[in-house]
Amino acid sequence: MIKNGRVIDPANGLDKKCDVLIVDEKIADVGEIEKKAEKVIDATGKIVTPGLIDMHVHFREPGDEEEETIASGSAAAVAAGFTSVVCMPNTNPTIDNETDVEYIHRKGRKARKTHVYTMGAITKQLQGVELAEMGFMAEAGAVGFTDDGNGLQDPAVMLRALKYAAMFDVVIAQHCQDNSFAGNGVMNAGYYSTILGLPGISTLAEEAMLWRDIQLVKKANVRYHAQHISTAGSVELIRAAKKASLPVTCEVTPHHLLLTDQCCAEYDTNYKVNPPLRSAEDIDALKQAIADGLVDALVTDHAPHLQSEKELEFLAAPFGIVGLECALGLYVKALVEPGILSWPGLISLMTERPAKIIGVDKGTLGKGKQGDVTIIDPDAEYEIDVNKFRSKSKNCPYHGWKVTGRVEKTIVGGEIRFSAGD
Amino acid sequence: MKVILNSEQIEQILRRLITHIISDASDRADIAVIGIRSRGEILAQRLSSILSEETGKEVPCGTLDITLYRDDLNAPQSTVQPQVRTTEIGFNIDDKIIILVDDVLYTGRSARAAMDALIDLGRPKAIRLAVLVDRTGREFPIQADYAGFKTDVAPGKLVQVNLIESDGKDEVVIE
Amino acid sequence: MALMRKAKHFKWQHKHLLGLRELNSEEITYILDTAKGFEQISTRSVKKAPTLRGKVVVNLFFEDSTRTRNSFTLAASRLSADVIEFTKKASAVSKGETLLDTAKNLEAMGIDIVVIRHSAGGAPKFLSRNIKACVVNAGDGYCEHPTQALLDVYTIRKLKGTLEGLKIAIVGDIAHSRVARSDLWAMSKLGADVILVGPPTLMPAEVGRLPVDVSYSLDEVIEKVDVINMLRIQFERLGGNPFPSVREYSHYFGLTVERMKRAKSDIMVMHPGPINRGLEMESEVADGENSVILDQVKNGLAVRMAVMFLVNQAAAQKI
Repeated sequence: MIKNGRVIDPANGLDKKCDVLIVDEKIADVGEIEKKAEKVIDATGKIVTPGLIDMHVHFREPGDEEEETIASGSAAAVAAGFTSVVCMPNTNPTIDNETDVEYIHRKGRKARKTHVYTMGAITKQLQGVELAEMGFMAEAGAVGFTDDGNGLQDPAVMLRALKYAAMFDVVIAQHCQDNSFAGNGVMNAGYYSTILGLPGISTLAEEAMLWRDIQLVKKANVRYHAQHISTAGSVELIRAAKKASLPVTCEVTPHHLLLTDQCCAEYDTNYKVNPPLRSAEDIDALKQAIADGLVDALVTDHAPHLQSEKELEFLAAPFGIVGLECALGLYVKALVEPGILSWPGLISLMTERPAKIIGVDKGTLGKGKQGDVTIIDPDAEYEIDVNKFRSKSKNCPYHGWKVTGRVEKTIVGGEIRFSAGD
Repeated sequence: MKVILNSEQIEQILRRLITHIISDASDRADIAVIGIRSRGEILAQRLSSILSEETGKEVPCGTLDITLYRDDLNAPQSTVQPQVRTTEIGFNIDDKIIILVDDVLYTGRSARAAMDALIDLGRPKAIRLAVLVDRTGREFPIQADYAGFKTDVAPGKLVQVNLIESDGKDEVVIE
Repeated sequence: MALMRKAKHFKWQHKHLLGLRELNSEEITYILDTAKGFEQISTRSVKKAPTLRGKVVVNLFFEDSTRTRNSFTLAASRLSADVIEFTKKASAVSKGETLLDTAKNLEAMGIDIVVIRHSAGGAPKFLSRNIKACVVNAGDGYCEHPTQALLDVYTIRKLKGTLEGLKIAIVGDIAHSRVARSDLWAMSKLGADVILVGPPTLMPAEVGRLPVDVSYSLDEVIEKVDVINMLRIQFERLGGNPFPSVREYSHYFGLTVERMKRAKSDIMVMHPGPINRGLEMESEVADGENSVILDQVKNGLAVRMAVMFLVNQAAAQKI
């Protein structure tokens, strides 16, 4: 029983001070509840939401377990308020068949932290040539397909993938990166890449592929999701696609809302990420897109790397930022504090809308739904400390940032799996 | 600040040095004057022009920058950074008697550096050291051949030579 | 007798020379003034001074370069330093020993100055944060090549007296040129008007935000400039074919005898070397009376000696 919290449940249009009762792993009731309960959590002054969902994380298992495992990653996620996460298939080996999908699920269950879902690869080994067994993977529970890590370069293969996916009710997600534009770039192509003497990734690399995919979606009419968009141009493409009622959705990461390419000026590899940090104008366009309701999900693209891997010259270091354990505070900083989103608006992008895209019955506090609940203290101020992260990797540029908004408790299936102060 | 030499005294001392230099150069071997930057350079110019007058023979003058030969580059003794300037010696120093000129002879380290610098430039017949002020406190076995004014000053004090061309007037002070 | 000015109490405080973008005009001028004092070591009969005796200089070159490396080696030996040559092919994906490990291994042997050339922009800065020795950038990615620019402006200053108000053109593959970048920082800080010339496909992103003018036509620019620096077109860098042929490039951007006829009679012709004769410039121009290319090489020694002297001084004063 969670009493007296501000319950924000956009899926059910709810935003009021009331109680939530969980019985036998399921939501039993939401409202002014007089019943007695075994365990009572006092949520006065806190926000109570459906368990948060991050539909874009990398848990590096199988293959790179020293960077992160499903166990450590989901522990990090649950401490950050997430009750469901979606893994990306670019592990080693890649997740491109049903046994791999089942492996991820099994490891997730064993860890007993968050629900761990996974996307499957669109093409075998993410090579972009032959389609992977999307049917079997979908039946095994894959919540979507992507070649994330890579963009699917060949337009004919992408069209084929979309057409094939039309047989199953799945979403095809794309890491939009046209390699002929991106080349060997390591940061945004612009003034900073010029003076830092590093090869740049033009905004065209993302926009060209996004434009192409939208044309293909017109032909195939399959649900399409643009991952981690980063440019003003991409925003306009999404705007036009949605206006034309195409089944196109998109997601944005916190770093693309808070950091610009100027941050790379000291060659700190903690700012090396793909898609790269862009310009202030791009950040403004993304924030406007969120305000206009064009963005469907906020994701972290949590990408763990060892210190030894990141401790290289900028050109050689791998891309990636770990973001799970600072996500909420950063979203508040980027969107709630400047008034671009209210709390309900923010929660919607972290619950019902991503849930819809991946087709899971989560992100809601409706009666009978899974008892996944996150309790947030919206006024708690704290400083991000990477050394306290539960993730195995600490490659994060936000160390020392002061943020507001902290997770108090995370409840999965009625079980408190994280409590602040543990 | 105490003035120990005024401009008349300095003029007298220079004259005396010149007399000694001339009397030693009896074999009329070629003499040249080289001053150690930066005040040694000015004194050298004065000496060389007087010598040229007195001997009726052109006595060439050069300027030596010893920064590259200093022994304290890697163990700086003060916060003032040594500045590398140019060495300008427009003549061949081989077989000449070089009158090496400096304003103050103290530890002897500058003179040591100057000699090493000169030897990298050629093979003089002889090097003779001429200084305006010779103060006690040698750290190296170096003596002046022509010492203008001998004095015993406490180690913490600075003997500062001011000259018209660089400082507006001729005087030597202790600070 | 000239009146001597009171010595300025300027202090050189950098124990690394990573780039010219972060230096101000006073600091750059100080390096040039210091280099003057080193020129004569190369011309007298004993071409050595004991200034860096007992110091160890490592040439850490991850990219091919005989010319720059030899210049640094000679400069270091003229100052009596011991030189270690460490050339290594590096791959973009760091297989084998990382840059950091390489540097730390060298440091364990006791080194004082590392001269590094690397294909990754920022590598010298990365190194300077992780080792105690002085770091001198001999070229990093497309970022900077400070000693080249220093010897370029030294050469210009020697001939023209000052860079103030001079119009200087830099011609070539600007996008991939660290020489162009270091040059434009140094030249603009010393008061020159810099114009970058090249095909649009070889201009870097947002070039208009740099303190320069840009032109796609050498013919438009040639009559107006006092100094022209022709950059080497590096075939090995141009995967992607930004211009269709050598012939077309040299037709539009080559410094030909014909173009020289339209230039100012006292125009200074420069090139960082090695020259692709017939491509960036015709042989007659390279060997002609306006060319200062060999002076650049000569001045490079004095400049590099000055740089090593200065960084060593800064390191010594901080102990």
